[in-house]
Amino acid sequence: MTYILQQLINAVQLGSIYALIALGYSMVYGVLRFINFAHGDIFMVGAFLSYFAAVLIKRLAGATAIPTALIFVGSMLLAMLGTALITLSIERIAYRPLRRYRLSVVITALGMGVFLEHMTLVIVGPWRISFHPLITETVYKVVGVSISTTQLVIIFVSILLMLILEFIVRQTKQGMAMRAISYDREAVPLMGVNVDHIITLTFAIASCLAAAGGLLYAHAYPIIEPYMGIMVGWKAFISAVVGGIGVIRGAMLGGYILGFVEIAAGAIFPSRMRDLISFVVLMIVLLAKPTGIFGLPLRQKV
Amino acid sequence: MRKKLILLMIVLALSGILHSCAPAGPAEILVGINAEITGAIPMVGAACKNAAEMAAEEINAAGGLEIGGKKYKIKLVIADNENKPESAAAAATKLITQDKVLIHIGANASKNAIPASSVCNELQCPMISPWSTNPNTTLYKPWVFRACFIDSFQAGVNAQFGMEEFNATKGAVLFDIGSDACYYQGFFFKNTWEKLGGKIVAFETFTTGDKDFTAQLTKIKESGAEVLYVPQYYDEVPLIVKQANRLGVTEKIHIIGHDGWESPDLCKLCGADCNGLYFTTHWAVDIAGAKTQAFIKKYKEKYGVDPDSVAGLTYDAMYLFVQAAKNCGKLTGNLAQDRKCIRDGLAAIKDFEGVTGTMTPTEQGDMIKSVHIVKIDCDAGVFRWYKTVQPKTFE
Repeated sequence: MTYILQQLINAVQLGSIYALIALGYSMVYGVLRFINFAHGDIFMVGAFLSYFAAVLIKRLAGATAIPTALIFVGSMLLAMLGTALITLSIERIAYRPLRRYRLSVVITALGMGVFLEHMTLVIVGPWRISFHPLITETVYKVVGVSISTTQLVIIFVSILLMLILEFIVRQTKQGMAMRAISYDREAVPLMGVNVDHIITLTFAIASCLAAAGGLLYAHAYPIIEPYMGIMVGWKAFISAVVGGIGVIRGAMLGGYILGFVEIAAGAIFPSRMRDLISFVVLMIVLLAKPTGIFGLPLRQKV
Repeated sequence: MRKKLILLMIVLALSGILHSCAPAGPAEILVGINAEITGAIPMVGAACKNAAEMAAEEINAAGGLEIGGKKYKIKLVIADNENKPESAAAAATKLITQDKVLIHIGANASKNAIPASSVCNELQCPMISPWSTNPNTTLYKPWVFRACFIDSFQAGVNAQFGMEEFNATKGAVLFDIGSDACYYQGFFFKNTWEKLGGKIVAFETFTTGDKDFTAQLTKIKESGAEVLYVPQYYDEVPLIVKQANRLGVTEKIHIIGHDGWESPDLCKLCGADCNGLYFTTHWAVDIAGAKTQAFIKKYKEKYGVDPDSVAGLTYDAMYLFVQAAKNCGKLTGNLAQDRKCIRDGLAAIKDFEGVTGTMTPTEQGDMIKSVHIVKIDCDAGVFRWYKTVQPKTFE
């Protein structure tokens, strides 16, 4: 029992991070019908920016002791800001001019991903950097299950961010516009909504979530390097598709599903077969629901 | 080519005779050193050269190397292989055919040692690589030996150490299934552990690039294992150990590793999380033992730095040659015959006491030797020598 509980916590931790990043893929797809393949690398940039932000805040604070929570939140906000600025410039330079050319924009997205990786490589070098946790870690024992503050923070911060996102999308005018664009792109400008503004906002939110994901990921797996975003990006993309790309709740669910499937495949079967089994399971899900779990059937426009 | 070779051998043999007949001065033995003097790893070449020179000076200061009642001075011929495989082969050819060395010592990095060993084996000149741990350096090459142990050997010693040190019977392994070196080590550990009467209760793997090991670690914790062997490298070990600590795996399980852990970066990346863990290695500057400490002191006085593993192993390679010459008993002056005699002398070595440990070559030319266990102390940023393990041999 404790074993299953422990594995469940592992899965929730992993799934939370996948979900945060998957949201970025899904939101951008929702408004633009376009897969932002640079998103995994934006997540990596977020991890590096939170590292540098934390160093900066600690240096600015100098001798004065500031609460760790403040450093944590401060570096997260700074990283979000930096990542959003970078993403918005990428959108302006590489995506907007090509918006009508579906295939070309996919290639520029891949190109931007490679650009970000190598930019980071040039700036920080090929060394792996140890990310010092911004929260003091204690391991709690609850009925034989080990839970660390890091795990709790990861789970709660990601759930909190997702609730904020839900609020934005459901309760604000901008959120309504986002949903409207995703529903019918042609009609929205006729209603007086500036589509470009909404797209910019979507990219900004997506990159903020990626930055938060980067910070949390760096707490769970505290070694950061320029290529860390590739694999995580792919997995988050898969989560978004499994959940139903373009649907926000689908991305959240997809992230947790992938986390659970990966951990369960390793826990139940020999770990040699982990990736094999987890991807077979995901394939079966897609075969049963080709547009993903929450995905809507493709609308044929006549 | 073959004709040329035969001709070459005749010339070599003749020159050997002429040489030994030369009346002037004390007789000399030429020892070829094939080292990475320039290129990406000049530290390796420098340590190799320094240690070989120190050993040669010691032997000469004692009047020379006595073989069959006759004293020979040792003269080193140093060739730079520029840390390139093709230059290593060229340097070996030059040492053997032009300089006519009796024995070839080097090269150190496996990528250089493998081509050099093919040349030595083909030209039938005995070779000792101090530092190359790749199995292919000696595989099917009867003329080639080494002073270090090979990677898979460590896995067996780790099984033995883990079992004896922690009085354990239940073992676990966590390794990267996508890397052949780690894969072999994982299996080798399992085999030895089972041969020693233990049980492997968790045999877990991951794929190259994975960052999340929580599923495997939780499984290992659940399995009731007492020792966990992680044959991975210093850049992955911190992630594994940190997650293991977080999951409470390390409360009951001792994590041990191999020399892939050995890097100053391990402590930078891992910090206090790695404190108190053990791994096996070729060398540590605080190995107890009068002979080792005397070597370290002398080397440090002479060159101003602590000797590293290459220095210790090259020094041992030189004395392995001395022992082989003693086993040989008599030099005829015929270079081809003498090389054969030295080769047989190397193969006949038993329980040679070197500064890096006690060693006996296998038929393959690999060393069964004592392995040092170091304990990690990241607060001080050092790996402290803990004990030396004599490996059990299995039939």
